[in-house]
Amino acid sequence: MTDRLVTDLVDVLDRRRVHAGGSHRALYRRDASNMEGSTSVVCLPETTDEVAACVRVANRHGVAFVARGSGTGLAGGAVPLDDSIVISLTRMTGVVSVDEINRRAWVQPGVLNLDLSNQLEHLGVHFAPDPSSQQTCSIGGNVANNSGGPHCLAEGVTNSHVLALKVVLPDGTVTVLGGDDPEPDGYDLRGVFVGSEGMLGIATEVCVKLTQNYPAVRTMLMDFAAVADGAATVSSIIADGMVPAAIEMMDQLCLQAVEAYIHAGLPVDSAAALLVEVVGLPNDLEAQVERIVEIAGMHRVSSIRIAQDEAERALLWKGRKSAFGAIANIQPDYYLHDTVVPRSQLPVVLEQIYEIARRHDLQVLNVFHAGDGNLHPLLVYDARVPGTIDRVHEAGREIVQASVDAGGVLTGEHGIGLEKRDYMGLMFSDVDLAAQNALRCAFDPEMRSNPGKVLPNPATCAEINAVRVPEGAWI
Amino acid sequence: MDLSEFAEEIGSDDPVTIAGLGTRGGPVDDVRPVMAPGGVEWFRPDEMIVCCGAGTPLDELEDALAIHRQTVAIPPFGTVGGALAVGRSGIRRLGYGPVRDTVLQVRYVDASGRIVKAGGPTVKNVSGFDLCRLLVGSHGTLGFVGDVILRTRPMGRFEQWFTTTTDPDVLLRQLYRPTSILWDGERSWVLLEGHPDDVRAQAAALGLVAGDLPPALPKGGRWSVDPAQLRSLVGTGRFVAEIGVGIVHHEQPAPARPRDPAIVELHRRIKARFDPTGRLNPGVDVLAAP
Repeated sequence: MTDRLVTDLVDVLDRRRVHAGGSHRALYRRDASNMEGSTSVVCLPETTDEVAACVRVANRHGVAFVARGSGTGLAGGAVPLDDSIVISLTRMTGVVSVDEINRRAWVQPGVLNLDLSNQLEHLGVHFAPDPSSQQTCSIGGNVANNSGGPHCLAEGVTNSHVLALKVVLPDGTVTVLGGDDPEPDGYDLRGVFVGSEGMLGIATEVCVKLTQNYPAVRTMLMDFAAVADGAATVSSIIADGMVPAAIEMMDQLCLQAVEAYIHAGLPVDSAAALLVEVVGLPNDLEAQVERIVEIAGMHRVSSIRIAQDEAERALLWKGRKSAFGAIANIQPDYYLHDTVVPRSQLPVVLEQIYEIARRHDLQVLNVFHAGDGNLHPLLVYDARVPGTIDRVHEAGREIVQASVDAGGVLTGEHGIGLEKRDYMGLMFSDVDLAAQNALRCAFDPEMRSNPGKVLPNPATCAEINAVRVPEGAWI
Repeated sequence: MDLSEFAEEIGSDDPVTIAGLGTRGGPVDDVRPVMAPGGVEWFRPDEMIVCCGAGTPLDELEDALAIHRQTVAIPPFGTVGGALAVGRSGIRRLGYGPVRDTVLQVRYVDASGRIVKAGGPTVKNVSGFDLCRLLVGSHGTLGFVGDVILRTRPMGRFEQWFTTTTDPDVLLRQLYRPTSILWDGERSWVLLEGHPDDVRAQAAALGLVAGDLPPALPKGGRWSVDPAQLRSLVGTGRFVAEIGVGIVHHEQPAPARPRDPAIVELHRRIKARFDPTGRLNPGVDVLAAP
């Protein structure tokens, strides 16, 4: 069976781009999460037609397939289950066309997020979503997960930056969702495809919106003796009618870990620090900085450091973005969570997170997108200590529950994947989930495109297949 | 907001149509109409989110938001539900983004009369499939929206319309984040927002003249065009085009566009899954919606 499958895939690609050997199968059975599955064969197509051909072979053999970008996902979205075929898009790295005037580009899904911005820098534009993994994550992965990043506070997440998608549907048909024009007829199929974690098909070309670079930037580091004061500052800034480009928060343990790692002069004695970045035209910028300093003062800020030049700005951001590397100095393993709570609930939920960690005898660091309430509690541990993993998972479950109870959601940017699939019931009723499954079944009635993700207890698509729209009732 | 009465009214059997204020088309003729609940349920200015019934008139919503100097990127008039069902943006789309990006959570009543929640109450959320986006622009063919949570935005500190005969591509290239650029083939109207000194400096740098409000928009048709192709409109009749966006307000009806059979088939399957008997807004074809 597998031999025939491999032969058929070799027929549509070639021998060097179809891998059924043990080392490839081992490499591709996991992503950056700590979950793993199994794959029978890994394909490396280079064109839309080749992706479609692989999908058709999968259908002919009745085998499921999983699209994969850089494999940096943290929720197990790209983990192949039950010997699915892995279709890796890492060889599709071309920028197909650029419209300089209207600031948009068609790119292939394997283009890396930061590479895209770097390649187009001479046009004075960048791709706004900036996940911390932006050096290695791909645009296709960003589409699958509707990725965010620090600068999505003002600019919005990936869905706001994707105008159209060329996709291979789960049956192998190639079509375009959305379009070069702003109001294509019909349902917003582009909108539902973004963030669908590879379950509605495979994007093979993406029309991205490019964002004008900022004429001026001010980056500030503010530190507080109490986490609650930092969190209150965030709420007050927004309530005052400002939407800074980014507002990030680091708590004390994180500040200490990062400082030991990069020596940026971070305030290691403070309970929390905020990294606030405002961008725009000069007068607006100065007015915002002045007002933010005033607001921070009302919330007992200990000190404010304003980056004096690009080098200092880069250093402050390096502190934020290298948090995960710094953690290795504390413990060998970490588990990164991703939930969202209303901004006003940040102090309460953070306190609950500390309490949950204490109860499970774990250390927790918090480094997160405070501006949009997107928490990233980082549980650090040593997996070699027996029983630790169980405590980590239990603490994680409690953190998710606490976030939802506070009026928040399961995930802000990492996605549901396998990791949170069975938590979906915390947020959605069976009726809500059936509606999501209805969408999935409309795209993929055979359930071949990345099955087993996102939706818990997957209802089959068959039960409603029998019901037909009466002829002429609608279309 | 209690949606159970609305759900009960929709029921699960007979054909039913949704009515708002009739601003954007109105209900289907000769079908039993229902109206969504109205009213602002709550507004959290420090979260920049608001919850309201789909039947809420947009001017009522804007009045509530204005108290805290906030607004929402949905074009004026009619009801919130009507604007979302049609999904069309206003002339500030260049700066504010499309209508679909404002919707965070939707609770709608499905074809079986059940209340379904899609999305979530936070600005950032990737929990599950984004059914909110499926509903925006769906013309009430998949479910009737009962209430929504919307993302608000701060009002501009200062705004000013300008006119110019400078090439619109130059305007788009050189201005920093204009809210709107309209072009009639000869002249452009530019809306700038922000700090008054920044607005004046940007205008001065390009020789924009303050004053005239944008022209009346031709009402013959709303065309959706690749913004790179807007120049080809010259000579097709009177129009006002949204530069950088591609919406064209034209005196002529929009030309018919080719349909990809794969897209038609996806629409058929989605409708079949969400409304198997075709009872919601019967006869409405979203692929041919005016």
